[in-house]
Amino acid sequence: MVLSEYKGVWVFSENWNLMLEILGKGRKIADKLETGLTAIVLGHEIQQKAEEAVNYGADTVYVVDNPLLENFQAERYVGALTSLALQYKPEVFLLGSTKDGKALAARLATRLNTGCVTDCLQIEVTPDKRLTAKKMVYGGNALATITWRAKPQIATIPPRVFEKPELKERNGQIIRVELQLEEPKTERLEVKPGEASRVKLEESQIIVACGRGFEKKEDLTLAEELAEVLNAQISCSRPLAEDRRWFSEWIGLSGHKVKPKLYIALGISGVIQHIAGIRDSKVIVAINRDENAPIFEMADYAVAGDIYTIVPMLTRALKKHLQS
Amino acid sequence: MSRIIVCLKQAVDVTQLKVDQKTGRLITAEAPRKISDFDKNALEEAIKLKEVLGGEVITVTVTAEEAKSTVREALAMGADRAVIIKDSKIAGIDTLTTALLLARTIKKLGEFDLILCGEASIDSFSGQVASRLAEILDIPQLTSAGKLSLEKGEVIVERALEDRYETVKAKTPALVSVTRGINEPRIPSLMAIMKAAKKEIAEWTIQDLGFPPEKLDASNMTVEILDVSAPKTERKRVVIKGENAEEIAENLVKALIQEGVVGR
Repeated sequence: MVLSEYKGVWVFSENWNLMLEILGKGRKIADKLETGLTAIVLGHEIQQKAEEAVNYGADTVYVVDNPLLENFQAERYVGALTSLALQYKPEVFLLGSTKDGKALAARLATRLNTGCVTDCLQIEVTPDKRLTAKKMVYGGNALATITWRAKPQIATIPPRVFEKPELKERNGQIIRVELQLEEPKTERLEVKPGEASRVKLEESQIIVACGRGFEKKEDLTLAEELAEVLNAQISCSRPLAEDRRWFSEWIGLSGHKVKPKLYIALGISGVIQHIAGIRDSKVIVAINRDENAPIFEMADYAVAGDIYTIVPMLTRALKKHLQS
Repeated sequence: MSRIIVCLKQAVDVTQLKVDQKTGRLITAEAPRKISDFDKNALEEAIKLKEVLGGEVITVTVTAEEAKSTVREALAMGADRAVIIKDSKIAGIDTLTTALLLARTIKKLGEFDLILCGEASIDSFSGQVASRLAEILDIPQLTSAGKLSLEKGEVIVERALEDRYETVKAKTPALVSVTRGINEPRIPSLMAIMKAAKKEIAEWTIQDLGFPPEKLDASNMTVEILDVSAPKTERKRVVIKGENAEEIAENLVKALIQEGVVGR
């Protein structure tokens, strides 16, 4: 493998919003590498998307327009990306970290005999123009710094890690490519929407989360009243969902990873698995009776006190301030 | 009759990790090892299928360390036999090489209906091995399964995705990766644990697989881990005080307004 043959930064995601976010990051990487940014757009009747990709930063767009690509189909998509990458040899290929996107990236990396780093939270360019990436490992206990020894350097990027760039009227080259599509190995029989709250929680600006400090299910009204004043989403730590079944979903390593501007942890001790889900919050408030609770290590504002007395007062004080 | 292969990773128990206070680096060597959580779900699903369809469940583990006692738990849960591929150089291998080793092992084991994997491991959390393995074996892959059924040469899974559930079908042999929500892994009875002591654990070397040893060299890896450190927590850690609950609440609200996170 002659690594110097590989040129350019490529971006693809089947999730268009995520695609635009990654184009922003891709632009920065391409500029540092002094190379071009290429968007790959797969689908049917997608001229408008191709133009949009240019306006969000792409110098070149490879468009594969085929009715068979209208909906995501793993084999057809991975086949198309592989053909393009073999032909044009990008040095960097950024993909979206959806579940489909991660499988796609791993399959692409296998076919191209290269490495892939999933769920990158940071990507930097070294002085010798290689990439290093950071990702969470060990259940959110550690950040690993990883580099590539093969090309293309494939990385997946989760939603909302990088901001969508500003839309600008730009010039770029849109190139239509005809490809032989691969036969699917799987058949999709049915698609059902998930619970609406799954999406909502990750996008919430304010979250009130309940933990084992709540003794009875009825007591959750304390948290609900607080959430109402703040116009916040209500959720919980894992034990309240999995053990007590008061909630169907939870925040933490095995549940939702959230990044609100304000996270209020009520009676949550803060085991590391929970912390892994809230690390990206802007401001964390913790109220817990146990002054040694690990949650306080992660809190910006800590109240060592009983949720049963503090929370009603907090709701009242907020009402007063917000309505004045 | 079914023949199901389960890929089991011996992972670091992430709940029992310590951090070197001087360097900020993670001390993984002393942390206990266990079956990676998601893989345990994969194993449970395999055993449930076997209970209905009959047949055999074989676990495959690729490891640099002693893994017999970890794998013994899988046998106690209900796997029939286990294969461990052990080599000290496996400690530094990438997901591609792991998948190549698993593929070689599975080919050596002969025909199968399903390969079951966890959708990611609890320690490195890369989530690539299952997809890479299916790609190498050139078989259908159905990832992130929250439900699974297998009959008459067909596997149907309900994939649990970010905002939707997708029911997907494929012909066997196929690979399925599972989520933690698919089942609740059983805790083996004392009787099962005793029975497991008599079950076979085969330890194979990479020579047994005919796998070229230089392919495990660090210079042949596609990625390299440069550092693993505890993330810095830059939190203010301001303790809100007051004479009583009312005053504490008042002080907290003032702080939050100042932060600009509440209010209009």
